[in-house]
Amino acid sequence: MTPILRAERLSKHWGEFRANDGVSLELAQGARHALIGPNGAGKTTFVNLLTGFYAPTSGHVFLGNERVTSLPQHERVARGMTRTFQINTLFTGLNVLESVLLVICQRRGLGGCWYRKLQALKEEQREAWELLDRLRLGDEALTITRNLPYGKQRLLELGLALATRPRILVLDEPASGIPAAESREMFEVIAALPRSVTLLFIEHDMDLVFRFAERISVLVGGRVLMEGTPEEVAKDARVRAVYLGSAVE
Amino acid sequence: MASFLGIVFDGVAYGSLLFLISVGLSVTMGLMKIVNLAHGVFAMFGGYLCVTLMARWGVPFLAALPLCFAALGLAGAVSERLLYRHLYSRSQLDQVLFTIGLTFMAVAAATYYFGPTEQLVELPPALRGQVSVLGLELGAYRLFLVALVVLLTVALGYLVERTRFGAQLRAAVDNPSVSAGLGIPVERVFCLTFALGSGLAGLGGALGIDVLGLDPTFAFKYLVYFLLVVAVGGAGSVSGTALGALVLGVFDVAGKYYLPEAGAFIIYALMIAVLMASPAGLRGRRL
Amino acid sequence: MNGSWRVRLEAAFWLLPCAAYFVFPDYLVLGSQVLTAALFVVSLDLILGYAGIVSLGHAAFFGIGAYTAGLLAVYGWGEPVTGLILAGALAASVGYATSFLVVGGEGLTRLMVTLGIGFLFHEAANQASSITGGMDGLSGVSMWKLLGLWRFDLSGKTAYVYSAVVLFLVFLLARRLVASPFGLSLQAIRENERRMPAIGAPVQRRLVSIYTLSAALAGIAGALTSQTTEFVGLESLSFERSASALIMLVLGGTGRLYGALVGTCMFMLLQHVFSDINPAYWQFWLGLLVALIAFFAPGGVLGSTTRWLDAMSFRFRRGSGGPA
Repeated sequence: MTPILRAERLSKHWGEFRANDGVSLELAQGARHALIGPNGAGKTTFVNLLTGFYAPTSGHVFLGNERVTSLPQHERVARGMTRTFQINTLFTGLNVLESVLLVICQRRGLGGCWYRKLQALKEEQREAWELLDRLRLGDEALTITRNLPYGKQRLLELGLALATRPRILVLDEPASGIPAAESREMFEVIAALPRSVTLLFIEHDMDLVFRFAERISVLVGGRVLMEGTPEEVAKDARVRAVYLGSAVE
Repeated sequence: MASFLGIVFDGVAYGSLLFLISVGLSVTMGLMKIVNLAHGVFAMFGGYLCVTLMARWGVPFLAALPLCFAALGLAGAVSERLLYRHLYSRSQLDQVLFTIGLTFMAVAAATYYFGPTEQLVELPPALRGQVSVLGLELGAYRLFLVALVVLLTVALGYLVERTRFGAQLRAAVDNPSVSAGLGIPVERVFCLTFALGSGLAGLGGALGIDVLGLDPTFAFKYLVYFLLVVAVGGAGSVSGTALGALVLGVFDVAGKYYLPEAGAFIIYALMIAVLMASPAGLRGRRL
Repeated sequence: MNGSWRVRLEAAFWLLPCAAYFVFPDYLVLGSQVLTAALFVVSLDLILGYAGIVSLGHAAFFGIGAYTAGLLAVYGWGEPVTGLILAGALAASVGYATSFLVVGGEGLTRLMVTLGIGFLFHEAANQASSITGGMDGLSGVSMWKLLGLWRFDLSGKTAYVYSAVVLFLVFLLARRLVASPFGLSLQAIRENERRMPAIGAPVQRRLVSIYTLSAALAGIAGALTSQTTEFVGLESLSFERSASALIMLVLGGTGRLYGALVGTCMFMLLQHVFSDINPAYWQFWLGLLVALIAFFAPGGVLGSTTRWLDAMSFRFRRGSGGPA
């Protein structure tokens, strides 16, 4: 079975500094894969390379059988790979409904359509409301994004990605900045995603990682230290030394 | 028929003046990330102050120059404290509008107090006429200009590279939040930098009366040149500003001489070409 | 704000220029100037208020349109409507060509490029004085009858109606556009350009489109001006024209389309009244007004006083398309 997403020895060098050095990863369809590592390990850089935000110094990215290394970001989204940002990257002046509707229209090929009124797009509106209800953002639909509380903004961050109906969803610390109780809620939304969506997520909260991940890659200093099941990772001495410390039982 | 070297020299003199005025703009744009379209106002008032000192109080030209530097430096510090520091977090549009508004006010005030006509300055006899240098006949005043600017540039370089203030400035340009976290008094650095830049602009304006002319439209007329220099050289870089000013000065003077039909066309096209090749300018973000 | 109320308010607004035709028959020439300026400011709102591109050189396209229409008339083709269309088309082509320079950069670079383009065309027109008339400008722009029926007379009646109709039609187009998915995507680019590729939207393509359209409309505004005043001067390409359009837009409020209209009216009327008294006074108080607005009231007239009168953004009600 061809992996749905494959990174082949991706490297990103800035002069002497190697943010990523030969990082490889494979995701099977329906995988729940976590990427962990200390701060500065290069996890976000890796996501940026996968999604086309950065061009790699060397290495390749494959979506299925297609090599997408030189494909621009928006075309990778069209092929089914969407990412979220660790820091909320939202349309601060638009309201929640407009933000989601925007993405839905884009996905349906209406993003560049100048002559149809948004008001008249009933199908798209219906889909938007459904998504907002699923995220429990229905009550805030008409609230301007910058006026939303942080936790709701984080949900919207996820919502924008979900609205693209991705086959591969790459999440960069989805629960960052949210207190424990609310982050469980967020991850429940994520866990409720069907197997038709493959998940790769960066996360620091080990509780969440071990609860939701089926495979884990550990990134240290721009390189993959190891990859395996949660049990294998928890037992590995190198991982414990470098990252988890002795706090894990 | 002026020789090629003579023209290049004229371009260098012109460029030195542009550098003097624009260096403050470049550093504040790179440091505070603020678009200051009112920068030409400081240069303009430097010129007007010089004229007033000489005409009203009989201050000799060479003595008036440091006074212009000091006065406009002070004006810069006051402006930064009262006005500009509130703009750092505002959108580019707000900054553009505010500084355009300031420029309108300044130009109107200048028209009201000094009248719309060109101001003339009487240069000290030592600086008039030609001087023979290596077989070339060069304007004495322009020679003085270049020499003075070179001196000031060396002093600036020393300030930036060798003093504590310079180190703080470089750090703040590179990364203001980290610098603040390290205990660098970023606010004070901003204020002093703005003051220094405005003072140099004022000095440049005074020096430029003879070369660039001085009337109330100065602030707008030359603004585009200053912005050009900053854009081409790279905001935040002293060496870049020097490079940009020299390139633009020489190309403008040479262009107008050899290709008069093209006129100022050349420098605008040059700017666009440079920006396309290197969006941050020739030496963006490196002091 | 309720849909039907909004439409009624808009209709009432458009009755004003109609009423002005009858109530101020001696001021129709000024009226035409206000209308053509408003068209230019609407074109600026599309790129600045909606897409977030701050341009200090938009007058380049205004001037290109003005000189195109003017030169056509001077060299024998005085038909107004075709002249208008050709001017718009040429301005659009130049807009398209330069859009890549503008859209490619970001922040300060973008601003500088727009400034550079503006000065470039101004200088080009200045140098090509054998064609453009240089500092003296291009006179002898005499137009044929509008649609073969109405002569452009000294009272300015034909010019006024012509300008009003063109403005109205362009405004309808703009209004439709900003209420479309494309319009929403422009606003999203303005709000967060970085996020757009991550949701699958091709930013450069969108910006090039709106910049080209905006250039076309600016060109039409320029052509309209030269056709109705029968003169084209270098100031149509000047930094002053770009800057004053910017001021008019901000005065009324960016990103609202109606802000462009309100701001233009206010500015031009104030200018008409005050700049005759003493140009320096006008410049000073204008500068102060602009500085104050930038500092305290960035939403302009419409933003500050009527926060809920948001004519161009829609508000959905749950029942109109959501689940039952």
